[in-house]
Amino acid sequence: MPEMQLREAIRQAMVEEMERDENIFLIGEEVAQYNGAYKVSQGMLDQFGEKRVIDSPISEAGFAGLGIGAALNGLRPIVEFMTWNFSFVAIDQIINNAAKVGYMSGGQFKTPIVFRGPNGAAGQLAATHNTSVEAIYAYFPGLKVISISNPDDAYGLMKSAIRDDDPVVFLESEVMYGLKGEVEVDPERLIPIGKARIAREGDDVTLVGHNKSYWVAMEVADRLAADGYSAEVIDPRTIRPFDFDTVIESVKKTNRCVIIDESNPFASISSEIAFQIQDRAFDYLDAPIRRVTAKDVPAPYAKNLIAHYMPGADDAYEACKKVMYV
Amino acid sequence: MAIAVEMPKMSDTMTEGVLVAWLADEGDTVAPGDIIAQVETDKATMDLEAYDDGVLLKKVIGEGEAVPIGGLIAVLGKAGEDPSAILAKYQGGDGAAAAPEASEAEVSTDATPSAAPAASGDGAATASASGGRIKASPLARRLAQEHGIALGSIAGSGPEGRIVKRDVEAAMSTSAAAPATAPAPVTTPAVAAPAYQPPPPIAVTGSEPAYNAVRISQMRKTIARRLAQSKYTAPHFYLTIDVDMDRMVEVRKQLNAVAEAQGTQKISFNDLITKACAAALKQHPEVNASYLEQEGEIRQYHAVHIAVAVAVDEGLVTPVIRDVDQKGLTQIAEETRALAAKARDRKLQPQEMEGSTFTTSNLGMFGIEEFTAIINPPNACILAIGGIRDVPVVKDGAIVPGKRMKVTLSSDHRVVDGAVGATFMATLRSYFEEPMTLLL
Repeated sequence: MPEMQLREAIRQAMVEEMERDENIFLIGEEVAQYNGAYKVSQGMLDQFGEKRVIDSPISEAGFAGLGIGAALNGLRPIVEFMTWNFSFVAIDQIINNAAKVGYMSGGQFKTPIVFRGPNGAAGQLAATHNTSVEAIYAYFPGLKVISISNPDDAYGLMKSAIRDDDPVVFLESEVMYGLKGEVEVDPERLIPIGKARIAREGDDVTLVGHNKSYWVAMEVADRLAADGYSAEVIDPRTIRPFDFDTVIESVKKTNRCVIIDESNPFASISSEIAFQIQDRAFDYLDAPIRRVTAKDVPAPYAKNLIAHYMPGADDAYEACKKVMYV
Repeated sequence: MAIAVEMPKMSDTMTEGVLVAWLADEGDTVAPGDIIAQVETDKATMDLEAYDDGVLLKKVIGEGEAVPIGGLIAVLGKAGEDPSAILAKYQGGDGAAAAPEASEAEVSTDATPSAAPAASGDGAATASASGGRIKASPLARRLAQEHGIALGSIAGSGPEGRIVKRDVEAAMSTSAAAPATAPAPVTTPAVAAPAYQPPPPIAVTGSEPAYNAVRISQMRKTIARRLAQSKYTAPHFYLTIDVDMDRMVEVRKQLNAVAEAQGTQKISFNDLITKACAAALKQHPEVNASYLEQEGEIRQYHAVHIAVAVAVDEGLVTPVIRDVDQKGLTQIAEETRALAAKARDRKLQPQEMEGSTFTTSNLGMFGIEEFTAIINPPNACILAIGGIRDVPVVKDGAIVPGKRMKVTLSSDHRVVDGAVGATFMATLRSYFEEPMTLLL
């Protein structure tokens, strides 16, 4: 299996799908001539030409709306936000049009569109450029939300996202674009949306972490293993529809759960996961569910403060020991 | 305002009660203290008293039905009052009989005469109750319920005394091998292992059923749980001695001649043995002890309370003779007789079966020569007493008729080592063979 960077895996998926279906096009700020702000779309302008790889003006509401209109008329756009922080300018298009047109038209219209770009914190970018948006978009019925942690999942899920007839929010990571991993390349390799991955099996505690938090979970699992405890690590991969079944089956086995999520804690994905577990596995819980999240403040700029703001492996390790009563 | 009559917590280890008989009828007027029903708990059949004035509006459960602690038994109120509000309240959402999921914890302070004395029957444990509510994880609560273990009898090891999975498993005593610090034992004990498979149906020939199905009584459940717990957790070892009973037989004859003349209770061999055990235990406090893992200590008791195993129709109970070392033989004989009679009538109160520090079991009257007994937790030892045999013995080089008795001490090796048990048995032998020394 070839080894690829995360950005290459996403590109590989987009290129294969665009070769397969000429209705697919990519639009966003600097995706064409500059080859993408993070070089995800490198070489795509040369391969597909300016009709299918389009540099947009700096107007998220405009090109998001254009993409939705194109989708309603039979095309399959991929809209890149340079970062998901900028999607807030286009949020009315995404939640009031993309998410709801299918419902409001009684299914007469479909919006097969992928909104993609880097999500979450990426170091000293200060309050407005460090937002995690998964809970915001997952809140709205009508949107599918995917958040990936590695090149292979990125490849297989991007292909599924492009072929899906519903609007999909696809969350990447600025600091993980260079992350390398083996990718099972196959034009028909579609990883199903809504299916979590048990990355590591264990019996003593369930760790749930997506995107960068997945790697925190794996580090904690290593540290627990050194202490003689086996943690089960689940990468949800899809935020909505969330694969609660996999998490709940795991908690029924381990009787305890720690959720790691770099979002702010209030009304976040971790809140929902914890709710579902207590609702469906109450009699299996031997400890309160714990979560390790970003602090409940806007992201700070100072290096020491942002480090403190982010959920870290130390916090998650302590949380695991608490729920295991050790 | 109608009043709910709930299943009270009548013993420390009770989780549910079976309503054996109604002694009042719907429409009867009752006053506090009136006995309205009899309830079978895990230990005894007990009277259920009314705590309020009123008319018995509704019997919610029938005779023979079991209800968990806190479950609704009956409704009291004014004549003609409608009990439906209370019935609805207890019916809850799950529709299951009249029993709410009510945690035994919450009602434990309710109608119960202040629960357990310090050294209760399950003395090993302390309830992690604070303000009357026992803190337990949902999983621990469910496991305890499934295995018929009262949460109040378990000490919680979690924060603020929360009872967690490992505490219940320790109480189930099937996880003896799991270290106390392990989070969730990786090797879940046999209980949780393969899904339960009911036994295959036995072929029925003709119209005769192939077996009698006997409902497992509360008492049998308790015997099953406590003895399994004992055998699984306490590593047993056994010491047998064959004692010369010549003098004991002689002494008993003399004592009973006096008893007959005075019209007092006759003394049995068992009474003499109980007395001898008390005297020996007083000298060997390390045998009059309990291994208390949760508390991290071995308790050597100052008092000598001896439980005597009594066979009853449904099984076995162990009434306790208190402070045996301070009592004379006549008093021991009277108390033993009275407790045994109550045991056979199932009238023993839970407190009469709690707090033992040592137990004896006598099967001599059935012609048993010797046997080994299972320790009655939290005791460290139990003495199994065989029958007195007429045997040829060698005395002064000649074979003469003698009287011998074998007794076997089962010891919990966590508390009592072989040499300690053997020294205790040597003392016991001296009392058996020189019973007059019991008077010293």
